[in-house]
Amino acid sequence: MDVRSMNMRSHLSRVRGLGANHIGVHHFWVQRITAIALIPLMVWFMIEALQLVNASHEAFVFWVGSDYNPVLLGLLIVFSFYHGQLGLQVIIEDYVRNEGYKITLIITIKLFALAVAICSLFSVMRLTFKVLL
Amino acid sequence: MGSDNGRPISPHLQIYRPQITSILSITHRFTGIILSFGACLLFYWLTAASLGVEAYNTAQSILSSWIGKFVMLGVVFSVWYHLANGIRHLFWDIGVGFELTTLRFSGLIVVISSGLLTFGTYMACYILMGIN
Repeated sequence: MDVRSMNMRSHLSRVRGLGANHIGVHHFWVQRITAIALIPLMVWFMIEALQLVNASHEAFVFWVGSDYNPVLLGLLIVFSFYHGQLGLQVIIEDYVRNEGYKITLIITIKLFALAVAICSLFSVMRLTFKVLL
Repeated sequence: MGSDNGRPISPHLQIYRPQITSILSITHRFTGIILSFGACLLFYWLTAASLGVEAYNTAQSILSSWIGKFVMLGVVFSVWYHLANGIRHLFWDIGVGFELTTLRFSGLIVVISSGLLTFGTYMACYILMGIN
Protein backbone atom coordinates (compact mmCIF):
# COMPACT_ATOMS: atom_id res chain seq x y z
CA MET A 1 0.00 0.00 0.00
CA ASP A 2 1.18 3.50 -0.81
CA VAL A 3 2.09 5.13 2.50
CA ARG A 4 0.94 8.55 1.25
CA SER A 5 -2.57 7.26 0.66
CA MET A 6 -2.98 6.17 4.29
CA ASN A 7 -5.02 8.78 6.12
CA MET A 8 -3.03 8.83 9.35
CA ARG A 9 -1.92 12.47 9.45
CA SER A 10 -3.75 15.75 9.38
CA HIS A 11 -3.41 17.89 6.24
CA LEU A 12 -1.49 20.61 8.09
CA SER A 13 0.89 18.05 9.59
CA ARG A 14 1.53 16.57 6.15
CA VAL A 15 2.21 19.97 4.60
CA ARG A 16 4.65 20.85 7.38
CA GLY A 17 6.33 17.50 6.99
CA LEU A 18 7.96 17.71 10.41
CA GLY A 19 6.38 14.68 12.13
CA ALA A 20 5.29 14.34 15.74
CA ASN A 21 8.25 16.01 17.43
CA HIS A 22 8.12 19.11 15.17
CA ILE A 23 11.73 18.86 14.02
CA GLY A 24 11.37 16.20 11.34
CA VAL A 25 13.74 13.26 11.17
CA HIS A 26 16.61 15.06 12.91
CA HIS A 27 15.99 13.24 16.22
CA PHE A 28 15.86 9.83 14.52
CA TRP A 29 18.97 10.60 12.47
CA VAL A 30 21.17 11.86 15.34
CA GLN A 31 20.06 8.93 17.53
CA ARG A 32 21.34 6.52 14.86
CA ILE A 33 24.60 8.40 14.24
CA THR A 34 25.43 8.44 17.95
CA ALA A 35 24.39 4.75 18.21
CA ILE A 36 26.82 3.75 15.44
CA ALA A 37 29.63 5.78 17.02
CA LEU A 38 28.96 4.21 20.42
CA ILE A 39 29.38 0.60 19.19
CA PRO A 40 33.22 0.68 18.90
CA LEU A 41 33.56 3.22 21.73
CA MET A 42 31.64 1.06 24.22
CA VAL A 43 33.54 -2.09 23.25
CA TRP A 44 36.82 -0.18 23.76
CA PHE A 45 35.63 1.25 27.08
CA MET A 46 34.42 -2.10 28.45
CA ILE A 47 37.75 -3.80 27.62
CA GLU A 48 39.67 -0.94 29.29
CA ALA A 49 37.32 -0.60 32.27
CA LEU A 50 37.47 -4.25 33.28
CA GLN A 51 41.24 -3.86 33.62
CA LEU A 52 40.67 -0.88 35.93
CA VAL A 53 38.53 -2.71 38.50
CA ASN A 54 40.20 -2.14 41.89
CA ALA A 55 42.84 0.09 40.24
CA SER A 56 44.72 2.44 42.54
CA HIS A 57 44.14 6.19 42.21
CA GLU A 58 47.56 6.59 40.59
CA ALA A 59 46.91 3.83 38.04
CA PHE A 60 43.48 5.21 37.21
CA VAL A 61 44.71 8.78 36.68
CA PHE A 62 47.55 7.50 34.52
CA TRP A 63 45.13 5.48 32.40
CA VAL A 64 42.83 8.48 31.81
CA GLY A 65 45.73 10.69 30.72
CA SER A 66 47.76 8.30 28.61
CA ASP A 67 47.67 7.55 24.87
CA TYR A 68 44.54 8.75 23.13
CA ASN A 69 42.38 7.77 26.11
CA PRO A 70 41.32 11.38 26.87
CA VAL A 71 40.10 11.78 23.28
CA LEU A 72 38.23 8.47 23.27
CA LEU A 73 36.76 9.20 26.71
CA GLY A 74 35.67 12.62 25.46
CA LEU A 75 33.94 11.08 22.45
CA LEU A 76 32.35 8.43 24.67
CA ILE A 77 31.01 11.09 27.04
CA VAL A 78 29.65 13.36 24.27
CA PHE A 79 27.99 10.56 22.29
CA SER A 80 26.60 8.63 25.26
CA PHE A 81 25.03 11.65 26.99
CA TYR A 82 23.63 12.90 23.67
CA HIS A 83 22.25 9.45 22.82
CA GLY A 84 20.94 8.94 26.35
CA GLN A 85 18.95 12.18 26.54
CA LEU A 86 17.45 11.47 23.09
CA GLY A 87 16.32 8.05 24.28
CA LEU A 88 14.92 9.36 27.56
CA GLN A 89 13.07 12.05 25.59
CA VAL A 90 11.30 9.35 23.54
CA ILE A 91 10.31 7.44 26.68
CA ILE A 92 8.94 10.64 28.28
CA GLU A 93 7.05 11.53 25.08
CA ASP A 94 5.51 8.04 25.05
CA TYR A 95 4.47 7.71 28.68
CA VAL A 96 3.91 11.22 30.11
CA ARG A 97 0.43 12.41 29.08
CA ASN A 98 0.32 15.86 30.68
CA GLU A 99 1.88 18.34 28.24
CA GLY A 100 3.23 20.53 31.04
CA TYR A 101 4.98 17.67 32.89
CA LYS A 102 6.22 16.33 29.55
CA ILE A 103 7.90 19.57 28.46
CA THR A 104 9.29 20.22 31.96
CA LEU A 105 10.76 16.71 32.22
CA ILE A 106 12.30 16.86 28.73
CA ILE A 107 13.90 20.26 29.35
CA THR A 108 15.20 19.07 32.76
CA ILE A 109 16.69 15.90 31.25
CA LYS A 110 18.35 17.82 28.41
CA LEU A 111 19.88 20.47 30.67
CA PHE A 112 20.96 17.83 33.21
CA ALA A 113 22.60 15.70 30.50
CA LEU A 114 24.45 18.71 29.11
CA ALA A 115 25.66 19.78 32.56
CA VAL A 116 26.83 16.29 33.62
CA ALA A 117 28.51 15.71 30.23
CA ILE A 118 30.47 18.99 30.48
CA CYS A 119 31.44 18.23 34.10
CA SER A 120 32.67 14.79 32.97
CA LEU A 121 34.72 16.35 30.16
CA PHE A 122 36.18 18.81 32.65
CA SER A 123 37.19 15.93 34.95
CA VAL A 124 38.88 14.13 32.04
CA MET A 125 40.76 17.36 31.25
CA ARG A 126 41.89 17.83 34.85
CA LEU A 127 43.10 14.22 35.06
CA THR A 128 44.88 14.51 31.72
CA PHE A 129 46.74 17.65 32.80
CA LYS A 130 47.83 15.84 35.97
CA VAL A 131 49.48 13.19 33.79
CA LEU A 132 50.91 15.55 31.16
CA LEU A 133 52.25 18.31 33.43
CA MET B 1 -6.18 15.71 21.02
CA GLY B 2 -9.16 13.31 20.85
CA SER B 3 -8.60 9.63 20.26
CA ASP B 4 -11.62 9.29 17.90
CA ASN B 5 -9.94 10.84 14.87
CA GLY B 6 -9.76 7.56 12.96
CA ARG B 7 -6.04 7.04 13.48
CA PRO B 8 -4.85 3.58 14.48
CA ILE B 9 -4.09 3.26 18.19
CA SER B 10 -1.37 1.10 19.70
CA PRO B 11 -2.38 -1.84 21.92
CA HIS B 12 -2.50 -1.22 25.66
CA LEU B 13 0.39 -2.82 27.53
CA GLN B 14 -1.96 -4.30 30.16
CA ILE B 15 -3.91 -6.42 27.65
CA TYR B 16 -1.00 -7.15 25.31
CA ARG B 17 0.08 -10.80 25.36
CA PRO B 18 3.83 -10.90 26.17
CA GLN B 19 5.90 -12.15 23.26
CA ILE B 20 9.67 -12.34 22.78
CA THR B 21 9.49 -9.29 20.46
CA SER B 22 7.60 -7.11 22.95
CA ILE B 23 9.65 -8.29 25.96
CA LEU B 24 12.93 -7.53 24.16
CA SER B 25 11.59 -4.12 23.08
CA ILE B 26 10.66 -3.06 26.62
CA THR B 27 13.98 -4.46 27.89
CA HIS B 28 15.77 -2.25 25.35
CA ARG B 29 14.11 0.82 26.86
CA PHE B 30 14.68 -0.37 30.40
CA THR B 31 18.39 -1.04 29.81
CA GLY B 32 18.59 2.40 28.16
CA ILE B 33 17.33 3.98 31.37
CA ILE B 34 19.86 1.97 33.41
CA LEU B 35 22.64 3.10 31.05
CA SER B 36 21.67 6.78 31.52
CA PHE B 37 22.24 6.12 35.20
CA GLY B 38 25.47 4.27 34.31
CA ALA B 39 26.71 7.34 32.42
CA CYS B 40 26.24 9.32 35.64
CA LEU B 41 28.33 6.67 37.44
CA LEU B 42 31.08 7.24 34.85
CA PHE B 43 30.86 10.96 35.66
CA TYR B 44 31.12 10.17 39.38
CA TRP B 45 34.11 7.83 38.87
CA LEU B 46 36.03 10.40 36.76
CA THR B 47 35.16 13.35 38.98
CA ALA B 48 36.04 11.51 42.19
CA ALA B 49 39.44 10.65 40.68
CA SER B 50 40.00 14.27 39.63
CA LEU B 51 39.23 15.47 43.16
CA GLY B 52 41.95 13.32 44.72
CA VAL B 53 42.86 10.02 46.37
CA GLU B 54 40.33 10.26 49.19
CA ALA B 55 37.29 10.91 46.98
CA TYR B 56 38.48 8.19 44.58
CA ASN B 57 38.84 5.62 47.38
CA THR B 58 35.34 6.48 48.60
CA ALA B 59 33.98 5.91 45.08
CA GLN B 60 35.84 2.59 44.85
CA SER B 61 34.47 1.40 48.19
CA ILE B 62 30.91 2.35 47.16
CA LEU B 63 31.30 0.48 43.85
CA SER B 64 32.77 -2.60 45.54
CA SER B 65 30.06 -2.83 48.24
CA TRP B 66 27.39 -5.46 47.64
CA ILE B 67 24.90 -2.88 46.39
CA GLY B 68 27.59 -1.36 44.16
CA LYS B 69 28.38 -4.80 42.73
CA PHE B 70 24.67 -5.43 42.12
CA VAL B 71 24.30 -2.09 40.30
CA MET B 72 27.44 -2.78 38.25
CA LEU B 73 26.11 -6.19 37.20
CA GLY B 74 22.98 -4.43 35.96
CA VAL B 75 25.02 -1.80 34.13
CA VAL B 76 27.36 -4.37 32.51
CA PHE B 77 24.43 -6.50 31.32
CA SER B 78 22.63 -3.36 30.09
CA VAL B 79 25.70 -2.31 28.08
CA TRP B 80 25.86 -5.63 26.21
CA TYR B 81 22.12 -6.03 25.83
CA HIS B 82 21.58 -2.48 24.56
CA LEU B 83 24.59 -2.84 22.23
CA ALA B 84 23.40 -6.16 20.77
CA ASN B 85 19.76 -5.15 20.46
CA GLY B 86 20.85 -1.73 19.15
CA ILE B 87 22.65 -3.45 16.28
CA ARG B 88 19.39 -5.37 15.68
CA HIS B 89 17.59 -2.01 15.55
CA LEU B 90 20.13 -0.65 13.03
CA PHE B 91 19.41 -3.62 10.73
CA TRP B 92 15.70 -2.78 10.93
CA ASP B 93 16.54 0.82 10.03
CA ILE B 94 17.99 -0.33 6.71
CA GLY B 95 14.92 -2.52 6.19
CA VAL B 96 16.44 -5.91 7.04
CA GLY B 97 15.03 -8.60 9.34
CA PHE B 98 11.32 -7.84 9.66
CA GLU B 99 10.08 -11.40 8.94
CA LEU B 100 8.62 -13.03 12.08
CA THR B 101 11.03 -15.98 12.03
CA THR B 102 14.02 -13.63 11.55
CA LEU B 103 12.72 -11.38 14.35
CA ARG B 104 12.53 -14.27 16.80
CA PHE B 105 15.89 -15.65 15.73
CA SER B 106 17.70 -12.27 15.99
CA GLY B 107 16.02 -11.74 19.37
CA LEU B 108 17.34 -15.07 20.57
CA ILE B 109 20.84 -14.11 19.36
CA VAL B 110 20.59 -10.85 21.33
CA VAL B 111 19.60 -12.66 24.55
CA ILE B 112 22.31 -15.33 24.22
CA SER B 113 25.08 -12.93 23.16
CA SER B 114 24.36 -10.36 25.87
CA GLY B 115 24.31 -13.14 28.47
CA LEU B 116 27.59 -14.61 27.21
CA LEU B 117 29.26 -11.18 26.97
CA THR B 118 28.22 -10.36 30.55
CA PHE B 119 29.59 -13.72 31.73
CA GLY B 120 32.75 -13.16 29.66
CA THR B 121 33.27 -9.69 31.13
CA TYR B 122 33.17 -11.05 34.68
CA MET B 123 35.39 -14.02 33.79
CA ALA B 124 37.98 -11.71 32.17
CA CYS B 125 37.79 -9.43 35.20
CA TYR B 126 38.43 -12.28 37.69
CA ILE B 127 41.27 -13.69 35.58
CA LEU B 128 42.91 -10.23 35.40
CA MET B 129 42.50 -9.73 39.16
CA GLY B 130 44.18 -13.12 39.66
CA ILE B 131 47.15 -12.05 37.52
CA ASN B 132 47.60 -8.63 39.18
